[in-house]
Amino acid sequence: MDTKKLAIIATKGTLDWAYPPFILASTAAALGYEVQIFFTFYGLQLLKKDVSGLKVSPLGNPGMPMKMPFGPKWFKGINWNIPNAIQSLVPGYENVASSLMKMTIKNNGVATIHDLRGLCMEADVKFIACQMTVELFGFEHSDFLDGIEYGGAATFFEFAGETDICLFI
Amino acid sequence: MNFDKELDARGLNCPLPILRAKKSLSEVTSGQVLKILSTDPGSVKDFAAFAKQTGNELLSTAEAAGEYTFFMKKK
Repeated sequence: MDTKKLAIIATKGTLDWAYPPFILASTAAALGYEVQIFFTFYGLQLLKKDVSGLKVSPLGNPGMPMKMPFGPKWFKGINWNIPNAIQSLVPGYENVASSLMKMTIKNNGVATIHDLRGLCMEADVKFIACQMTVELFGFEHSDFLDGIEYGGAATFFEFAGETDICLFI
Repeated sequence: MNFDKELDARGLNCPLPILRAKKSLSEVTSGQVLKILSTDPGSVKDFAAFAKQTGNELLSTAEAAGEYTFFMKKK
């Protein structure tokens, strides 16, 4: 049987959306897939050397539960429904929300993005950064992990055209 | 059941139990048995799916007091 192949396009650069590409890529690799991820636009943030600064924004995101990661059970169950207008006025609101999210992630035994990305690299998942958006955003290759590739849409299709599964995230 | 290696994946969440199991399986030889402990309810379906797709044999799945025990035989 031929090796199955998975291609992912990662376009989001927030803490929450950093998870799907790395979870799917690492799991597929564990199942024996050959995997490539093409990082473009905001997805480039996931290739920065240091990803500890990734943030999640509850602003304009009505699907995001706003619950506290500490305290008694009844307290953790409260959904803090804070209006957008207030969220946007409070300085540091996003930083606080991101810290709370990171605490929740840790409490639930969910891996950090840094660790999941490392597991992908250990499993030979290939990372390709979109050269066009690197230039568009004024990034330097030195901002990113060593050993990744840079390419464009044609580079992506070279692998994607041969895959069993192809996802846009 | 006899086993050759044990993996404690308790407290870990998706996809870590699967990734750790994959790593542990690479450290045993064909025919040897890996025992896996997990607290992730999703791991029951995931280990069945992992076994089906990788050809490693899931010998048994058991649950007791919120803990899951799997025995997997390496292909």
